Amino acid sequence: MISLDINGRTFVIDVDPDTPLLWVIRDNLNMTGTKYGCGIGQCGACTVLMNGHPVRSCATTAGQSINYDIVTIEGLSKDASHPVQQAWVEEDVPQCGYCQSGQILAAVALLSDKSNPSDDEIDAAMTNICRCGTYSRIRRAIRKVAIERGQS
Amino acid sequence: MNELSRRKFLKASLSSAGGLMLSFSLPVLARTRPWEQMTSPASELSAWLTIDPDESIVIRVAQAEMGQGVMTSLPMILAEELEADWRNVKVEYADVNRQIMEDRVYGRMQTAGSNAVEASREVLQKVGAEARERLIKAAAEVWVVRPDECYADYGRVYHRGSDRSLSFGEVAPQATKVSVASVKIKGPDEFNFLGLPTKRLDVPAKVDGTAIYSMDVRVPDMVYATVIHSPVSGGELRGMRINAVRHSPGLIKIIKMESAVAVVAETFWQAKKAADALPVFWDFGDAEKVFTDTIKRTFFEELAESGELISRKGEIVPLMDAAERTIESDYYAPYLAHAQMEPLNATVHVQENRVDIWVGHQNPEYAVEVVSDVSGIAVENIYLHNCYLGGGFGRRSHSDFIREATRIAMDVGRPVQMIWSREEDMRAGGYRPTSAMRFKAGFDLSKNLVAVTNHSVTHSIRRDMDDTFDGIDPSSIEGLHNHPYQFPAWEFSHTGKNTHMTTWWWRSDGSSINAWAMECFVDELALAADQDPIVYRRRLLQKRPDFLEVLDLLEQVSGWGKTDLPRGTAMGVAIHESFGTICGQVAEVTVEPAGTVRVNKVTAVVDCGNLVNPMTAEEQIEGGIVFGLTAALYGKMTVENGRILEDNFDTYEVLRMADTPVIDIHWANSGAGKWGGLGEPATPVIAPAVCNAIYRVTGRRIRSLPIKDYYLQAI
Repeated sequence: MISLDINGRTFVIDVDPDTPLLWVIRDNLNMTGTKYGCGIGQCGACTVLMNGHPVRSCATTAGQSINYDIVTIEGLSKDASHPVQQAWVEEDVPQCGYCQSGQILAAVALLSDKSNPSDDEIDAAMTNICRCGTYSRIRRAIRKVAIERGQS
Repeated sequence: MNELSRRKFLKASLSSAGGLMLSFSLPVLARTRPWEQMTSPASELSAWLTIDPDESIVIRVAQAEMGQGVMTSLPMILAEELEADWRNVKVEYADVNRQIMEDRVYGRMQTAGSNAVEASREVLQKVGAEARERLIKAAAEVWVVRPDECYADYGRVYHRGSDRSLSFGEVAPQATKVSVASVKIKGPDEFNFLGLPTKRLDVPAKVDGTAIYSMDVRVPDMVYATVIHSPVSGGELRGMRINAVRHSPGLIKIIKMESAVAVVAETFWQAKKAADALPVFWDFGDAEKVFTDTIKRTFFEELAESGELISRKGEIVPLMDAAERTIESDYYAPYLAHAQMEPLNATVHVQENRVDIWVGHQNPEYAVEVVSDVSGIAVENIYLHNCYLGGGFGRRSHSDFIREATRIAMDVGRPVQMIWSREEDMRAGGYRPTSAMRFKAGFDLSKNLVAVTNHSVTHSIRRDMDDTFDGIDPSSIEGLHNHPYQFPAWEFSHTGKNTHMTTWWWRSDGSSINAWAMECFVDELALAADQDPIVYRRRLLQKRPDFLEVLDLLEQVSGWGKTDLPRGTAMGVAIHESFGTICGQVAEVTVEPAGTVRVNKVTAVVDCGNLVNPMTAEEQIEGGIVFGLTAALYGKMTVENGRILEDNFDTYEVLRMADTPVIDIHWANSGAGKWGGLGEPATPVIAPAVCNAIYRVTGRRIRSLPIKDYYLQAI
């Protein structure tokens, strides 16, 4: 039995602690917004936040995730109202959409770290893969959040 | 202002505002589970749409949403004729079972070849127009007036000459009972709404994790399976040591298949751990002796032989013999994986006389036939629930994963979600074909072109599907013999050459190879004639005003000919027509001192004729360029001892944010009747544009992809 704190709730789960966090979230807890893309920490489709930092949950075991405050796409907001989600809608970012939960969480972490990231900082932080090629729109959506935050 | 001119004014002001959307911008929640039919037959005007008393209009989409925006663009076409209020429009997938039971009521349900709009536009316009006329007729009956005294606008029917009006929702129950004779559809100059940038209806569900892809399906009592394929394509299963994993946690079953083994467990991770630990033995035969280099060698040996003639004009041999100068160039393109983000998977539940399958498939009607074939259950009793596709690019039109998932579910007797690991997804074949080709050109004393020849040797997808096929595979040669250039004399010939690898459709198919080689070679022709590449192309395109329009605009907007580019930087151009659309691109490329190729900016000019939704259209051009650029810079599947080396994103590099160029898109429109495709036509053009720029920087011609295999230095 291990205990995980995800989206403000505590889950006690009967699972081998070596199981990747990704599969615990998807198959044990049935929260399917976090995606499987590569299983080796390369693509970022499985990105979740752990204490605010972006982590690739396919390459992090459930055992390693104990005592962290974990946020998945389902926990980012109740009604898609997080400014990053709103910017994603405004810029019409997703195409197939499969990588976007991970992209959004990576952007949330970047923007909480740097309120107005430069292009180089965006490049360095946003290493998630999108095969549909939505990168230009992701960049625009991140800038939009930064600008609107600067104005308010 | 009367109705029509008011709307024309609205459209004009919207367009000139550069994509401002006013009332169209309110998001409509799309279905997160697109297979759940949300409507009752009572409010159904036709198989394509229902209108409920609360004014919701549900439009059914017969094509698959894999990111290209059909869940928005196709409903837009119908809504335009219906005179609907777009804010009330909701979408769901057309039911495949209904398609089977009602004599193919949705026509073509396949999603491929970039022609969702081209193939279904008129059908959708007619469906919308017919529904509108029935709503008008029903309202006229209520008012006891003539239908031609009434008109529809923004979701209401109005009576001219009185202030009476009824909403679509109010009059719809009546309209389901009336019928109308033939209806007239609008021409492009009559559109109010088509052609305005419109946000995608599927986006809200794709920013909060609620959009359901087939891997997200949860069926009661469901178990998970993963598959180990023969590491050498076509290998035969000899045996395995099941004892090694007998006590693996959660393991339910191990199933032998022809060229694969399925491992079934309570969770995917348990299935994968058992599969990783299971020793499996195969018989590979001669395929184990195959390497990329041996494939390349046999393809080039075929080039030395003569191929099957596709087309010829003029006496080639004497023309070449008499030429003052000839040039000869070989090109080679590797096998490529699709590497769509969602690895292939399907959930199948086989019951007594019914099969349910949850999958994201580009061709659900075909998938149903495959399930029927494997299960022996009639197509009428198969229920396919199509999901959002986590990328398709052609790969999700294949039957291989459907076949396996059905076979496993039959054996297990419980609902099974079969997931291929990323590694299995990339090793399991279905690649973009490999190809070698040779061009030759002759010039006279004044450097005028006298003749061009081309012989291509390409792995045939068609022959993989049907090993008795012995002709020329049309997909192998598209973009070669049907090029737009006015060569004075030419000969195109072809040889189909298959290996133990298997191939499948890949975003832009044959054009992804052929446009690269052809457009690089045309650059070589320009060089041999001492001409600017755009000027030279223009000379060879005098009979194609549509190409000239694209080239002219491209030259103007790209800053072609700019002399102040930094050292190590140059522009390259390419142009190609595929799927009914002409796309020209200029790539500005820097070769850095360390040899790294950086594509700074891509300017694209696209002529697809009419645009349904400029917003999704632009997204498709951006995405097509990124997809093609990944292939050009990094893409290859290396064969070693018959096995594929690149099986995940650590070895199969793909473009990320930091490598993505600025993309600047402009539109041309050569014809009012033209509705060209958009999902694919940008993909084939980027590789030659980049390679032609690299030549200008380095003096080296990229003859074999990917570019990363070259050591490049600016001169």
